[in-house]
Amino acid sequence: MTLHLAVALDGAGWHPAAWREPSAAPRALFSARYWAGLVTEAERGLLDFVTIEDALGLQSTLTDAPDERTDQVRGRLDAVLLAARLAPLTHRIGLVPTATTTHTEPFHVAIGIAALDHVSGGRAGWRPQISARGFESRHFGRRDFPPLDQVLNRPGGADLSADPHVRDLFAEAGDAVEVARRLWDSWEDDAEIRDVPTGRFIDRDKLHYIDFAGRFFSVKGPSITPRSPQGQPVVAALAHARLPYEFAAAHADVVFVTPHSAEQARAIVTEVRELSADVKIFADLVVFLGDDAAGRKARLDELDGAELASDAAIFTGHVRELTGLLLEWQSAGIQGFRLRPGALPYDLWQIASGLTGELRARQAFRSRYEAPTLRGLLGLPRPASRYAEAR
Amino acid sequence: MSRKQVHLAAHFPGVNNTTVWTDPRSGSQIDFASFTHLARTAERGKLDFFFLAEGLRLRELKGRIHDLDVVGRPESLTVLSALAAVTHRLGLAGTVNATFNEPYELARRLSTLDHLSGGRAAWNVVTTSDAFTGENFRRGGFLDRADRYERAAEFVRLSRELWDSWQPDAVLGDQAAGRFLGQDDAIGTVRHRGAHFSVEGRFTLPRGPQGHPVVIQAGDSGEGREFAAAHADVIFTGHGSLEDGKRFYADVKGRLARYGRQPHQLKIMPGVTFALGDTEEEAAENAAAIRRRQVGPQTAIAFLEQVWGRDMSAYDPEGPLPDLEPDLSDGVSQGRVAIKDRAAVAAKWRALAEEKGLSIRELVIEVTGRQTFIGTPRTVARMIDEHVQAGAADGFILVPHLTPGGLDEFVDRVVPLLQERGAFRADYTGTTLREHLELA
Repeated sequence: MTLHLAVALDGAGWHPAAWREPSAAPRALFSARYWAGLVTEAERGLLDFVTIEDALGLQSTLTDAPDERTDQVRGRLDAVLLAARLAPLTHRIGLVPTATTTHTEPFHVAIGIAALDHVSGGRAGWRPQISARGFESRHFGRRDFPPLDQVLNRPGGADLSADPHVRDLFAEAGDAVEVARRLWDSWEDDAEIRDVPTGRFIDRDKLHYIDFAGRFFSVKGPSITPRSPQGQPVVAALAHARLPYEFAAAHADVVFVTPHSAEQARAIVTEVRELSADVKIFADLVVFLGDDAAGRKARLDELDGAELASDAAIFTGHVRELTGLLLEWQSAGIQGFRLRPGALPYDLWQIASGLTGELRARQAFRSRYEAPTLRGLLGLPRPASRYAEAR
Repeated sequence: MSRKQVHLAAHFPGVNNTTVWTDPRSGSQIDFASFTHLARTAERGKLDFFFLAEGLRLRELKGRIHDLDVVGRPESLTVLSALAAVTHRLGLAGTVNATFNEPYELARRLSTLDHLSGGRAAWNVVTTSDAFTGENFRRGGFLDRADRYERAAEFVRLSRELWDSWQPDAVLGDQAAGRFLGQDDAIGTVRHRGAHFSVEGRFTLPRGPQGHPVVIQAGDSGEGREFAAAHADVIFTGHGSLEDGKRFYADVKGRLARYGRQPHQLKIMPGVTFALGDTEEEAAENAAAIRRRQVGPQTAIAFLEQVWGRDMSAYDPEGPLPDLEPDLSDGVSQGRVAIKDRAAVAAKWRALAEEKGLSIRELVIEVTGRQTFIGTPRTVARMIDEHVQAGAADGFILVPHLTPGGLDEFVDRVVPLLQERGAFRADYTGTTLREHLELA
């Protein structure tokens, strides 16, 4: 039984001091060449896809304000455009950028991801993400958000799922994904007819108004963009708790979860499966690999002045040991892994050449790309347009 | 280099009847291969930039989606970012609406494109006033005409503040010293409070290779000209004819001093079409054949309906103009620039049809504008150069009628002649679009 493997790309890697590793290229983080090197390496390893992190505000060590640190990476490129820049340089690997649902126009996000699907020949995904941070809301100035540290410090503890503001943001994200999927479906596959005798470029009966009206916005449609190669690009969601599990089950094709042990993995899989039989369940892991993995991480912790904290489990060790862990979690129901390299490009090299080789030796990973689209790699069917079915 | 240099750009064939999709050579309007072909052809011809238009709602006629022209296109900046991977010097200009976007997000996307293209990004700022398009957006609604330009101006000013907010050498990346950022104040805080936007915070990107992406303004109105004089690096206009062009050129360049700007800091580039041939006669025949394809029978009727404001599908497009008065109430067209004073336009069309004995289709071919430049490659090269030397334009945005091969002949046959005249670069001398446009 093979497993799926993805890599989460962000800056110089997931350790805040990763940019100080010998293999890092801190001055190149905003260049196309740097990212091209990473994604072609991931494709050499035959990985299913890469994700690209993003947010509409700077990285910070504070909960809800920019900080004054000068010793960590600050700044990010727009992930959708970065994914598009990488598409012509790659051929089979999926490209899954993050795009915020909170302050963006669902129409723009939907056509951006559809365009990514067109330029990549069917390899686009989207990780919708909410932004609960007040300081990001002030970049837009249209809505007043309560400071997130206040939300976290409310009586009853840090369960964001119970906060009405956060619940609204998830509801809005759900509406945004629904609008995107309707827009992606709003052109039937064969809407373009180019019928010279009647002078018609399209059969307008195969274009559909989506007429979405919700609590947060309404969108008329149809999309301005013809249906893309995958029909609907792949939607992936990161989830740590009940509310995002529900969001993922209702709206996503892939969910990234964060168990810290095989038992936790089993429990999460059970919980998610009660909500959805179909969603692909990936586990996230931060990984430091190689012979001196623990030493490398310890040095980076020391440089950063703090031990690395993460929502996902942190693995340090040799790819052989990681292989064992992945297979163990796979038997708990995890179908794939999104590995967050502790430092780039070093830990990505370890994944793309070392880890995939180990997995392949155990018949647990592909030896060639078996499909031209991301849906194909993930074993997800290409959906028919809901409007074509209704007709 | 003493001769004034011509600037040229390539417009990807758009969603109006200029684009001939009925030609057997017409390819996909959506496959990335088509965009790649046109962009690479433009780069082969050493053109300044490649241009994508935008429309955020499909056009409608008589309450239904207009189906006679090309329909559908991808999101501009996403495609341009992908094109940055398959081109190396060509500028990449995207039309993005200032009415239905927010400055922080759009400034960030444009800066990203500038970083990822090595300094080749341009933004064609457009505004929309119609509630029709607003129905696709959470901000919905619409603005008065004057407010739209005010909002666009504030949008551009705020974007520039964001682009300027990181110190020029903010990213130091000194591993040994542990300084990713070079200074404690490497990233400034923008505090903006205006009539349309209230933004406070720090931007997420270092200054791009161009500092500011090139700003283009499209449109000919008084407000549009003033906006361009104050804020734009390039103005994309009509005014392809020599006399008309000279008047427009003088008017717009004359507005620059008010904003402390020099004439060379705003490039005037009319959008133009062309038809080529080995002889003048062949070029004229080709031009006429293209016009007939651009105005098919159904398209002729559709044009008539937009002016007459009523259903005219029962009339024969090859027959005479019916004896019918225009319905001046609501109009039948949505999602495109409204025709002003339809009664006068209808009267003019009728007079012309009667005078020349034109059928409906012949009339529409006549009134909806023939190609700007028609002739042998030598004639077209001479006309382009003359327009620029005479102060009618700084160059042109070429609008081919075919996807994806519509620029091939121009690049193969006209560009070398422009180069021979010493009016156009033999190769790129800079790496950024600002350098190509002599704005740097």
